[in-house]
Amino acid sequence: MTVLVMAAVVGVLVAVGIYLVLDRSLTRIVIGFAMLAHGVNLLLLAAGGRSGAPPLLGRGQGPTADPLPQAFALTALVISFALTAFLLTLAFRSWQLTRDDEVQDDPEDRRIAAIGRRRDEANEARRSGEAR
Amino acid sequence: MSILVTAPIVVPILGAGVALVFRRSLVVQRVIALVAMFAVSGTNIALLVDVDRRGVRASQVGGWPAPFGITLVVDLFSALMLVMASFAILAVLVYAIGQRDVDRASRSFHPVYLVLAAGVSASFLAGDLFYLFVAFEMTLIASYVLITLGGGADQVRTGMTYVVMNLLGSTIFLATIGLVYAATGTVNIADLVDKVAALPDGVALVLGLFLLVAFGVKAAIFPLFSWLPDSYPTALTPITAIFAGLLTKVGVYAIVRTQTFLFAPDGASKLLLVIAALTMVVGVLGAIAQNDMKRILSFHIISQIGYMIMGLALFTVSGLAGAVFFMVHQIPVKTSLFLVGGIVERSTGTAGLDRLEGLVRRMPFVSVLFFLAALSLAGVPPFSGFVAKLALVEAGFDGSQWAIVAVSLVVSLLTLFSMIKIWNGAFWGAARLDGVNVPFRRPTPVPTAAAAALVGLALFVAVAARPLYGLAERAAFGLLDQRAYVAEVLRP
Repeated sequence: MTVLVMAAVVGVLVAVGIYLVLDRSLTRIVIGFAMLAHGVNLLLLAAGGRSGAPPLLGRGQGPTADPLPQAFALTALVISFALTAFLLTLAFRSWQLTRDDEVQDDPEDRRIAAIGRRRDEANEARRSGEAR
Repeated sequence: MSILVTAPIVVPILGAGVALVFRRSLVVQRVIALVAMFAVSGTNIALLVDVDRRGVRASQVGGWPAPFGITLVVDLFSALMLVMASFAILAVLVYAIGQRDVDRASRSFHPVYLVLAAGVSASFLAGDLFYLFVAFEMTLIASYVLITLGGGADQVRTGMTYVVMNLLGSTIFLATIGLVYAATGTVNIADLVDKVAALPDGVALVLGLFLLVAFGVKAAIFPLFSWLPDSYPTALTPITAIFAGLLTKVGVYAIVRTQTFLFAPDGASKLLLVIAALTMVVGVLGAIAQNDMKRILSFHIISQIGYMIMGLALFTVSGLAGAVFFMVHQIPVKTSLFLVGGIVERSTGTAGLDRLEGLVRRMPFVSVLFFLAALSLAGVPPFSGFVAKLALVEAGFDGSQWAIVAVSLVVSLLTLFSMIKIWNGAFWGAARLDGVNVPFRRPTPVPTAAAAALVGLALFVAVAARPLYGLAERAAFGLLDQRAYVAEVLRP
């Protein structure tokens, strides 16, 4: 049961995260990454097996939980915390510079796309000329 | 001996800390960075000699026994990569110090650069998947800071794409670690060798593909490469150069390590061949469409990654030896090409081919450097690229993979074409600089010397091709026959 709940929660968090990351606005991407990171951290915990048992030997009776995934999750949490801070700074800097936090097009990409468009238009014009 | 294994990580990290303390004095920062990188280069050479003589070395961090603690392992493949990486890092550091504006612009440059060096070393030394993740993050976080250094509108724009794509790759990697742990109960690579082999085929295939996607983003293989040509060229020259030379190779290293150790020989060999071909072709065609030196070179990073994946996809000793040799030759060649591009941009204010002409008369020495590095990249005999490509093509013939051999040869020709395009556009011709609207500045000696040292290293790879290829062959053998590695890591 708990495994199924865990799987569902991870699925929802990752789905929400992916949806937000696909956005062009950096603040939404930041929130999306927070969701993704939470989802993946829960996945790490779920990989450790059944929940409920203490992670340390010698505390309480019965089986102990696997401490390794918890150590993974802790490390990953710290890293995702630092990265969220960095992304927010980047979004703020972008807002300072352009009053916007959208991911901009690359100028060279635009240039090449423009060349392609001009060529298409020229072909179109020639074809309509031949048709006449 | 374990001191030697940890030194490539510990020394730069310590240096970074000390350099951070001495924020006020640029001279002290420079001295610390140089001393640290010289020390690391020396250690890496010692490691390579030691590993070649006595086999795989492992170190259990904190004394925790192997499958539970953090393991650092160095085999021939990682030792070779460590040596080339530290040389490239050192040369680019000298270039950056000589060019002056990078570390003057931000006092964080030296500390962050040293963290990047530590992260790259850690990625090559990591003996378990989770430590590999941490090492990647160390490298990437440093690279995020470096790529947005200066904080101009361009850096922020391209930094965003770079950061978001790499974060996505890291997230996939972390999720895969969770899945691997759930399936096998371990993340230690040596321990995984047997445990993955015991998994049902379907599960192993899924894990292998997940890892391929996660590392593929960092290595910029097809179709996960689109972030690279947008983000690399706008960063400051030394930073672009070190990213181009090293970061994608760290991704390729991780792909090679995991695919050979954990998923060969019934791994994704056919898929990898297709990916290799598409990566080569798309990269080189992208380069042909460009008109700016740094952007052309950025697309060539992608197409060269294809060759490395081709060697891996063959899953034979000769194929992997070709791939390892290709990586060894690629690090100095690629880095030096970007450094030369940076020198040109600094002297003329542009790297656009339509605005440059006749640089060979203005800066003959730099032009010769470009010429040598470009021919090495294109694989013209007798340069290092020729040896590397010859090894790969022979391996392809041995494996009767005619299609990939044909593709690699055509891409090689197109690479030569695009190098000639840069040569004709920027270097050859009359000494007119009509399109350049800033006064021409003579190239300064220290950055030129740094680029020359790397070109020299590339030439050395060509001259010493025979012993180096022998090393690559032994490294490839160690990749396909993991018994020595596993025995050393799991030794009680």
